[in-house]
Amino acid sequence: MPESPESTATVRPAGVTGASGGSGASGIAGNAASAAAPAAQATAQAKAFFRRRGLIILAVAAGLIVLNGVSGGLLSFDFLQTIIDVPSGLIWMFTNFLPSAASLARLPVILTQLGATVLVSIAASCTAAVLALVFAVLGSRSVGLKGPMQFIVRAIASLFRNIPTVAWALILLFSFKQSEFTGYFALFLTSFGYLTRCFLESIDEVSRGAVEALRAVGASYGQVVAQAVIPLCSTVVLSWVLYMVETNVRDATLIGILTGTGIGFVFDMYYKSFRYDEAGLVVLAIVVVVIALELTSNFIRRAIL
Amino acid sequence: MTGEKNGDFAVSDLPVAGSSPAAEAAVRDLPATCGPAPATLTADEQIHQFVRKNRRGQIRVRVFSRANAVLGAVFIALAALTIYTMASLNYGRVPFLEAFAGAAGDFWTMITAPYIDRHFSLAEVTEGLFVSLALALLTTCIGALVAFVLGLFAAANLSSRALSNAIKVVMSFCRAVPTILWVLVFTVAVGLGPEAAVCGLLFHSVAYLVKAYSESFEEIDPGVIEALRASGASWWQIVFQSVLPETASSMLSWTFIRFEINFVNAVAVGAVAGAGGIGYQLYLAGSFYHNIHEVGFIVYYCLIVTAVLEIVATQLRKRYL
Repeated sequence: MPESPESTATVRPAGVTGASGGSGASGIAGNAASAAAPAAQATAQAKAFFRRRGLIILAVAAGLIVLNGVSGGLLSFDFLQTIIDVPSGLIWMFTNFLPSAASLARLPVILTQLGATVLVSIAASCTAAVLALVFAVLGSRSVGLKGPMQFIVRAIASLFRNIPTVAWALILLFSFKQSEFTGYFALFLTSFGYLTRCFLESIDEVSRGAVEALRAVGASYGQVVAQAVIPLCSTVVLSWVLYMVETNVRDATLIGILTGTGIGFVFDMYYKSFRYDEAGLVVLAIVVVVIALELTSNFIRRAIL
Repeated sequence: MTGEKNGDFAVSDLPVAGSSPAAEAAVRDLPATCGPAPATLTADEQIHQFVRKNRRGQIRVRVFSRANAVLGAVFIALAALTIYTMASLNYGRVPFLEAFAGAAGDFWTMITAPYIDRHFSLAEVTEGLFVSLALALLTTCIGALVAFVLGLFAAANLSSRALSNAIKVVMSFCRAVPTILWVLVFTVAVGLGPEAAVCGLLFHSVAYLVKAYSESFEEIDPGVIEALRASGASWWQIVFQSVLPETASSMLSWTFIRFEINFVNAVAVGAVAGAGGIGYQLYLAGSFYHNIHEVGFIVYYCLIVTAVLEIVATQLRKRYL
């Protein structure tokens, strides 16, 4: 992908010289005052345009194919073998991961753990949102503190967002051991980074005019934040929190596998003891909950926006 | 949230109360259907006829509406659930302050003293990074191709309603399964190796991109498609002459976002499903060698990649959007 701007850049000069050549020719044609000249010039230009576009597309496609080939080689990924394997793999998956009647006996355990995971995801999103809102207000362009605060907030947000979840889970596991709180805290830290960044953009986007108006009538800093920024941003903030809850339920599986908590741990346990029908039941339960959350948050979004 | 404070405004404090010429003109132009407005009233009085007030005669700044009610209810529900969860959470048996101090100390060590100890060499970690990048690139490119075709059939304006709905339902099922579970399931279905990782990541990428692509296809001006259809263009001609050129930039933007997500996923998959790459080394450094310095080094490697990707993304957006 990073290759594509370069490849277009190498093609572009050829196109530019072609276009200038065309205009030069039109100058000569204009001197000759031939009636057919404009039409011929237009076709020539169109041809040059399509040739250039074709070349660019070809170059980008070739670059991508080469990059993919290199990547495949690096991974020792066999493309044809995969195409052959996938259908039989899918059939195997549907026959083995299909929940059996015996696995239904585990449903209460699975549902309790899944419920706990959803609650932890909601708590992590909401607490992270409160902290992120404070940081975002302090670091925003329109109502933020002056000085280096904007840079510091952005740096912290970007650091927390981009540190891999795996690293967070492992570091927290050292100190907090295997407990529900470890999973909660790992989710909290990643959500905090992500939400701070989203809130920063939303605050600047939504409340600029209102902030200016309140400042003009002499409102204090606290009044500006309480009367303009927070009421105007509340719908956007809620929308982001709902999105974060959905994402966190999905991420909680990964964190659960790493830290041994929640639904991720339950899946891992069944998976590692080859009880695939029960693992399949866990997957189905997660799917149902995630889709239900998505529908609920879509409904809320339609009602508030 | 702070609605009570709004009651402090007295009517005369509000800017509308001033009888500026503009306000009077505005009132004079009010249509007759607005209500009875006898000519004997001043502009001030006429305005106050239409303003909702509370019992003390102050103007209501906040009006009850369905949107506000839902907003408040959802906030209260979320707050209640959060408080309940925080109260009932299992905090483990570790002394809490010590654990916090320990975690903060580890975090500090990780970001201030990253270096490679004896477990890995620089070449190995660099190779791991490129393996993860390759995994992300491969899944994004194959995923984009598959998603483009499926996205065309999933767009309501380019295909039949039944087909579009069927694809959308299947895709939202695929999206609801967490990526890591796709990879683990494929690991047992097709065997451990890059094939399982690529397939597992692919399912989620395709589902995500089909949603993004089909939504941008559906935003196309229907007039363009109708004009092409009227002049006898075939379905593929419509796709390549109007749909693709019009949505190319938003598709590029979505695909690049997915590439960034796929890199993050590739790291996670490497750690949990043993798919190799820098994620697996991160997992080894953290879980087996318990070496914070190496974890820090690998984290910095990942941070550099995400920073570079973000810069490339902003440059792409500036140039082509």
